[in-house]
Parts: sequence; structure tokens; C-alpha cells
Amino acid sequence: MNNKIPWWSSESYWKKVAIWVTAFMFIVLIALTIDTIPKITAGSERVPAYSVINKHIGYEFNDERNFQVPVIGAEDPLFGKMLSEEEAEALVSHGKKITQGRNCMGCHTLLGNGSYFAPDLTKSWLDPGWVSEAEREQSMIEFLMDPPANARSFGSGRMMPNLHISRDEAKAVIAFLKWMSSIDTNGFPYNFTVIDKES
Amino acid sequence: MNINHLNGGQQLAVKYYIVAMVLFGAQILFGLLSGMQYLYPELLFGILDFNVTRTVHINAMIVWMLYGFIGSVYWLLEEESETEVVGLKLGILGFWVLTSAVTVVVLVFLLVQTGPGDDFTRWFVNEGREYIEAPRWADIGIVICMLIFFYNVSATFMKGKWSGISGVLTLDLVALAGIYIAGMFYTPNISMDQYWWWWVIHLWVEATWEVLVGCLMAWGLMKVLKVDRKIVTTWLYIEVALMFGSGILGLGHHYFWIGTPEYWLTIGGFFSALEPIPLVAMVVHAIYDSGVRHMKGNNNPAFAWLIAHAFGNFFGAGVWGFMHTLPQINLYTHGTQWSASHGHLAFFGAYATIIIAMIYIAVPYIRGQEGISSNLPDGGWKWKWSLGLLNMGVVGMTVALLISGYEQSFIERAVGGSTWLGYFTAQVHPWFVQGMEWRMIFGVMTAAGIVLLLWDLLTIGKEPVSSQKVQTEAA
Repeated sequence: MNNKIPWWSSESYWKKVAIWVTAFMFIVLIALTIDTIPKITAGSERVPAYSVINKHIGYEFNDERNFQVPVIGAEDPLFGKMLSEEEAEALVSHGKKITQGRNCMGCHTLLGNGSYFAPDLTKSWLDPGWVSEAEREQSMIEFLMDPPANARSFGSGRMMPNLHISRDEAKAVIAFLKWMSSIDTNGFPYNFTVIDKES
Repeated sequence: MNINHLNGGQQLAVKYYIVAMVLFGAQILFGLLSGMQYLYPELLFGILDFNVTRTVHINAMIVWMLYGFIGSVYWLLEEESETEVVGLKLGILGFWVLTSAVTVVVLVFLLVQTGPGDDFTRWFVNEGREYIEAPRWADIGIVICMLIFFYNVSATFMKGKWSGISGVLTLDLVALAGIYIAGMFYTPNISMDQYWWWWVIHLWVEATWEVLVGCLMAWGLMKVLKVDRKIVTTWLYIEVALMFGSGILGLGHHYFWIGTPEYWLTIGGFFSALEPIPLVAMVVHAIYDSGVRHMKGNNNPAFAWLIAHAFGNFFGAGVWGFMHTLPQINLYTHGTQWSASHGHLAFFGAYATIIIAMIYIAVPYIRGQEGISSNLPDGGWKWKWSLGLLNMGVVGMTVALLISGYEQSFIERAVGGSTWLGYFTAQVHPWFVQGMEWRMIFGVMTAAGIVLLLWDLLTIGKEPVSSQKVQTEAA
């Protein structure tokens, strides 16, 4: 090494810094991952068990955290049928596979990630666009089975294409959306208006 | 095209570069279609819906950039290691396997498009996860091809000689290939899904890809400006320390809103805010070396694109990323046209530019020359205009999308309560629509730049330099 070069600008010094910094940051990431995984496993406080679709889900302002958080309420089974944990997981999983197979993320965002051509689906279960809680399940089924005929694009001209979703598939997608709306997303989306109980 | 005078690695690199440029064209074509569908939603409705055009747009981009990187590494491999590529035939086989797989995947995206909600769809049609929509069989094929590539790179350096650049490059490729595997599993839990999905996306584009282009930049500066190896290697180590020092935990800025604990707001916000620092270092490094060499190189187009890379990376990835990385603003901008604005300038500025620079470095050698004359017979108007059109086009799209993004985050998110009605209220607002119109105009400008770029790459250096110009240059 050229002795005229100060240690802090030498190649060998920065090589060591690069190795140690990278290794340290990676170890911290692994440690944080080990802490995070149990906290986002289905059945945890932040990410409820799939059987949460048997319950009423709200999204209310929390004074302590200063943003809206999901509130799990009384029994309110999806399509009027109580499901066991296994049945609920199977239904939600089928719904998620449908959203992947139909490439929903090609237009929508889920938890804010995806494309920006159509509305975010994170809290779509709670959206006032379904008019009222009483009409919601039926409205969602009809919409998913024939989106162009039930399009509500508010003058944008944008419509969801008909992806030939059957009634059973629509129910599975709705189960997945209902479960997703129960995830604690640290207040995202902000300032969300929740659907009314009655029209 | 006769390329027998090139070394084996360079001959293989040319194959990768050709496919990269074809896919670059495809990316822009499908980008134009996606942009048009914002303005004319009935365009190709039910035939090639937005989810198809957009999927092809972003996947063509990821794949052409990978091709550009692999091509660039094969181009420099024999020169840097001072020996022949160890498994050249295997490398050629890998190229054809990868290219066949990419062709099949694109055809399935276009012709089959979607499938039922079962495992067959995820394995053979579409995985439905942004950027890594490629079905699982293709994932496995990509990993195998990357392993062949990694074997060729590491074994060739082991047989020949190591350098600072090759050491960083090889270790980076281990991380790059390993991280891809984090995305190859299914879970019904979308929070868990996105946790690992971000390992692939973020740790590629905001960590390992950045280090890879740092290696290419170091090599490119040595090649074009004859910068001293010791200087570029020291800078490379500094960049690696800063890049991984900020970028690895910067991953946390994707963990604000997906169900992950609140501590990620602090960790992600802090470390991702530091991510522009290594990009500043790259700009300083490139500009300093250019000044020291009095901007004199043997290849002006490559030099111009290297400088475009330094600034594009800093503004696109650094400034545009920083603008909405803190959770206090990201709450309103996450998943809006802000992200699209950042994505356009970052991918172009950080990655497209350096690959184009590397191809320009290769072009004179392909034509049996050492460099590109600064006195080209046509004045070099094609490369100059394509440089200008591409950069202005992408910057124009970025600004237009940002204006739409501002409007969307205010009207949909802050005022409209983020509902479907809020979303569409923002989408039909004149400010949003005007942004989309300007994006389209600049998109066409970008497309014109690509046509010129491809024309130039196919022709530059082919025409003999007139004797008068040679004399002028010599003088």
C-alpha cells in the first residue's frame, strides 16, 4: 500500500468496512425477521386467524394510536355459515389463489402493492360502495361474476373485465377480502370511510 | 454479423445484448399500450386488458435488465479474469434455455393470460405477484440459468485472477440468486407473502442490483476514461458499505402498511432515508474522475450514458425515493402514481442507462475497433438524439406521473377517505387526466428515442471515417 494514502481513504480499510457493515446489517435484518414472523402469522394479534370471517369486522379510530384500527366484533358469519378454522383457511386460501390466478394485482393494489389502474383492495370489504352491510355480500357476488354489467367507475369509463368468476369462486374471493380487511395495517389506508350498517 | 474475432465471453454477451434490446422495445410498446388504456379504457378491453399489458411491460423490463447485466458480466469476464470462460458451452446452453423460457412465459401471458385459482395456474400460467408473475416452472428455470451463470463467473475468476471488482461482483451474485428463492413459495397469508416478496423486490433493486451496477460503473470508468483501478476499487468498497449499510434495513420502508409491527416505521423510515447517500458518492466519483481525465475518453456515447447513469440513479432512485419514503408522507402516497413516477425514473436512471453504456462500450469491439471516434461521419446525431429523447422522455413521464400522484394523494387519500369513490374522484379530476396525457406524450418521445438508439447501435462505426475528419481528429 502506498504510505502517502491516509488509512481512511485506503482500499484495504474500505474493503473491511464494506464486509463488516454488510454482515452486521444482514444479521440485524435476520434478527428483526425472527421477531416479525410470529407477529404476522395468521392467528396473531395483528394478523387474525382465518376464522375471523365468522365475525363482524369494523375499522375504527383509536385515540391511543391516533389512526383507524380493525375492530373484531360479534359473530357475523360470511354468507350465514359458521366455518371451522380449517374450513375458513381453505376458503380464504382458495380466494387468494383466485386473486393470483386472475392477476388482480395487474390492476389493483393489495395492502397498497400492485398496480394503480383500479382501487386498492385492502379494506374493500368495508367500502361504502357496497351500499350497506345488509346488501354487501350479494352486491359483491354480482359484481365479481359480471363486472362490466355492474360497473361503478364513477365516470372514468374504466371497467373491470369479465374474468369468468363463478359464484363459488366469488364467495372465496370475498372471504379472502373480508379476512384481509381485519389485518392491522398501522392505519393504512388513512381517513377511510366505512360502510353503513343499513342503507 | 461476424463476431468470431471476439473472445468467447464477449460472443455470448452479444447474444444477451441482442435479446435485451428486443425486450427493451417490447417493454416500451406495452408501456405505451398501458398508458393509452388510462386515457382510452375501452382500448383492447376484453382482449389485452390493462393487467396483461402492464404485466408484460414490467416483466419485459425486469428480464431485459437481467439480460443486460448477464451480458455485461460475460463481456468483461475474460478481460477481468485474464483467462477463458470456464464453461462457455454450458453458458451458451443456459442462454438458449433462458431465452426459450422467457418466450414461452411471454406467449402464455399474452395468449392464456389468467387461470383458475389452483396450483396449476401458479405453476404454469401466472403467479399473480407483481414483478414475479412468471409461473413457478419458469422460476426454477431462472434459478438454474442463474446458477450456470454464477458457476461460470466464479469458476472463471478462480481459474484466472481475482480483483476487487470481481470479488464484489461474485459475492453480490450469490446474494442476488439466493434472494430470488425467498419469493418461491405459496401462503394464504398475504402479510407473510408480501414480507418475503419484498425480500426479492427490494433486496434486488435497492441492494444487490445497485452493487452490481456499481461494479459495472467501476469497470466502465476504467475502460472509457482509463481511470486508475485502485481509485475505482476503493470507491466501489465505499459504495458497497453505504449501499448495504442503508439498503438492507431500508427494506423496512416496505413494511409500514402490510401488517408488520410498528417498529418498522422507525427502522424503515430512518435507513431508507439514508439510501441516497451511496448514490451521491457515485455521482461525486463519476464527475471527479471525468474532471481529472478532462472528459476525454475513447467512446463518447458510452461516457455520456455513464454520466446519465450517475445522475439518473441519484435522482430516480435517490431523490424520488427519498421524497416519499418517510411513513408520514408514505401513508398518503403508497400505491399511488407517486410510486409509478419513482419507478419510471429509478429503473431507467439506475439500470437502463448503465446497460446502454455497457453496450456502447461493446459496439466498437464488435465492429473490430478500439473505441468510437468523436468525429463520426454523420456527426453522431443518432446517439446524441437518442440520448436526449430517452432522457427527456423518461424525465417528462416522471414529472407528469408525479403531478397525477400529488393530486391522487390529496384527493383520494387525504380528502376522499381512500374509498372506491375517493379513488375514482381522483382519477377523473382534470389534474390527474392532464398528467396522464403528458405522460403519453413523453412516452412517445421515449419510444422515438429507442428507435433511434437501436438504429444507432446497429450502424455506429460501420461507415468509414472520411480522411479529412481523421486529419481533423489527429490535429
